[in-house]
Amino acid sequence: MDLSAINPILFVAGFLVAATPLIFAAIGELVVEKSGTLNLGVEGMMITGAICGFATAVETGSPLLGFAAAAVGGALLSLLFAFLTQITLANQVASGLALTLFGLGLSALLGQSYVGIKPPRLNDINFGPLSDIPVIGPILFTHDIILYLGIALVAATWAVLKFTRAGLILRAVGESHDAAHALGYKVVRIRTLAIMFGGACAGIGGAYISLIRVPQWTEGMTAGVGWIALALVVFASWKPWRLLLGAYLFGGITQLQLNLQGAGVAIPVEYLAMSPYVITIIVLVILSRDKSAAPACLGRTFHASS
Amino acid sequence: MKLTTLLTGAAMALGLATTAMAQDKTKVGFVYVGPIGDGGWTHEHDKGRLAVEAEFGDKVETVYVESVAEGPDSERVMTQMALDGADLIFTTSFGYMDPTINVAKKFPNVKFEHATGYKQAENVATYSARFYEGRAIQGHIAGSMTKSNIIGYIGSYPIPEVIRGINSAFIHARKVNPDVQFKIVWAYTWFDPAKEADAAKVLIEQGADVVLQHTDSTAPQAAAQEAGNVITFGQASDMAQYAPLPRVSSIIDDWAPYYIARTKAVMDGTWTSGNTWDGIGAGMVGIGEISDAVPANIKAEALALKASLADGSYHAFTGPLKKQDGSDFLAEGEVADDGTLAGMNFYVEGIEGDIPQ
Repeated sequence: MDLSAINPILFVAGFLVAATPLIFAAIGELVVEKSGTLNLGVEGMMITGAICGFATAVETGSPLLGFAAAAVGGALLSLLFAFLTQITLANQVASGLALTLFGLGLSALLGQSYVGIKPPRLNDINFGPLSDIPVIGPILFTHDIILYLGIALVAATWAVLKFTRAGLILRAVGESHDAAHALGYKVVRIRTLAIMFGGACAGIGGAYISLIRVPQWTEGMTAGVGWIALALVVFASWKPWRLLLGAYLFGGITQLQLNLQGAGVAIPVEYLAMSPYVITIIVLVILSRDKSAAPACLGRTFHASS
Repeated sequence: MKLTTLLTGAAMALGLATTAMAQDKTKVGFVYVGPIGDGGWTHEHDKGRLAVEAEFGDKVETVYVESVAEGPDSERVMTQMALDGADLIFTTSFGYMDPTINVAKKFPNVKFEHATGYKQAENVATYSARFYEGRAIQGHIAGSMTKSNIIGYIGSYPIPEVIRGINSAFIHARKVNPDVQFKIVWAYTWFDPAKEADAAKVLIEQGADVVLQHTDSTAPQAAAQEAGNVITFGQASDMAQYAPLPRVSSIIDDWAPYYIARTKAVMDGTWTSGNTWDGIGAGMVGIGEISDAVPANIKAEALALKASLADGSYHAFTGPLKKQDGSDFLAEGEVADDGTLAGMNFYVEGIEGDIPQ
């Protein structure tokens, strides 16, 4: 065992990066679920965002345009889900699963000519002297703009949901769509916007994997992050800050267990491998002992006639 | 009464007709653990499938299902393939072993071929390639080229096939560099680019300047390229898009000749169960071009090693060798038999850490 082989600074900086795709996908899904819709298509929207972002970044040479394209791609795909569930009133679970399968297939098709290409690099933000601060500098101030955007998005989502009229309306639609409708709010329109927001976030999360974390395009490369994001929303009891905590816990322990394995720590590898899942669930379950329940109308279809 | 008989007769005739039509074409199914575009393991199996199609044209029909999880899911996929009239089914991942045996029991007339496993039956044959021969060459290059003397190894699952590879690479790295150390990380997945990239980054951060992978995607190659000054080897597929650096060579699986031969055997009715385990000599394991990043003398040594493995004059597991716990494994000049290799569940002397049980 040689714990000194683990560099704590690189480790923390590493898990901030590892958690970012999860944060984007989960915060998007949180907003969708707050509006009372359950979209199980996160994985499909992520992988579609991953290839849209990758292809655009390669063609234009601009990673930022890539992220924008990823958001558009994810949102467009989510429109399909919105159409199925909000207009034709199809079952949300089935539509979401179909969206994932469709997204995986579509991305494989789009990505055929992008295998083995190296994408343009998104440079880290230059914080000047800040990044020279010992320990804190390399951990906090050596990242790309998208990573900070993710944290800002969590804060903004929290603030909007808690303090603004728009947030109140969104929550009202999710808690009781009939009451919201009676008050004159356009339930379908609000939910569609929420679904598109979720799609855009998932798309950015996917592109973060293909453009920064890996960086390359491989079919099916999101490999289940979308499902973890879905679980995270539930375990975080639909609260943005808990979601951030959960994502960092999950990302952190994933990185830690790889580090510990590399350093040869005498803990059986099976325990290390399952630890991110187990610890994240335990911590979030303990945190959610208070009475925070799912939005009351989650997963229920709405039609103005009912 | 008469009508019923007539209908039954018609139905039977129809049934016979469909069977006869189905028998015109030999239907070959493939079950893949990753997507066909993974650039590695599954990609090469799919190339084998396409070779079968090219060889037999419209006498054969192939079907495949990709990204099938190991376990119950795979059993369902295989059952469906057998119900759909497949005559021969290739199941191409270690974790499909028990599902293959289970499904094969239910369909005695369908032939099954399971890759990298060790359980056979009347209608289940096994096949694998001696990847460890390629690992010996990788170990030689890795041990010769490392400056930090730390070699990172991304393992998938602790199964004999992977452990064999680690041992073979380690033996040959130590041979040329007694100070070399292996850092082994188990990813517990065959295909998860983000996790594979993380594992590679962690190993590099901990000082490894060579990363060997036994997972299927090209993500570790990208991570090494990003880090710079790290060399890697293509796994299962050439991964030449990362040459000349970080990818300095590769192990390439060539399944096409085997798949064609076995399909032919089913067509001719000569198929029998068995175990095929071919290496560099038979062409099932190919060594990708050693790039210019490798110094000429090391390249020459590696090619000489390849030649001796190919013609059988040298075995990758030749004594004297000890097991990790210090007990004897092979005496001077003795070579490991296939049974020991197939079930290998121990590290050789010098590797640190335990194999997850």
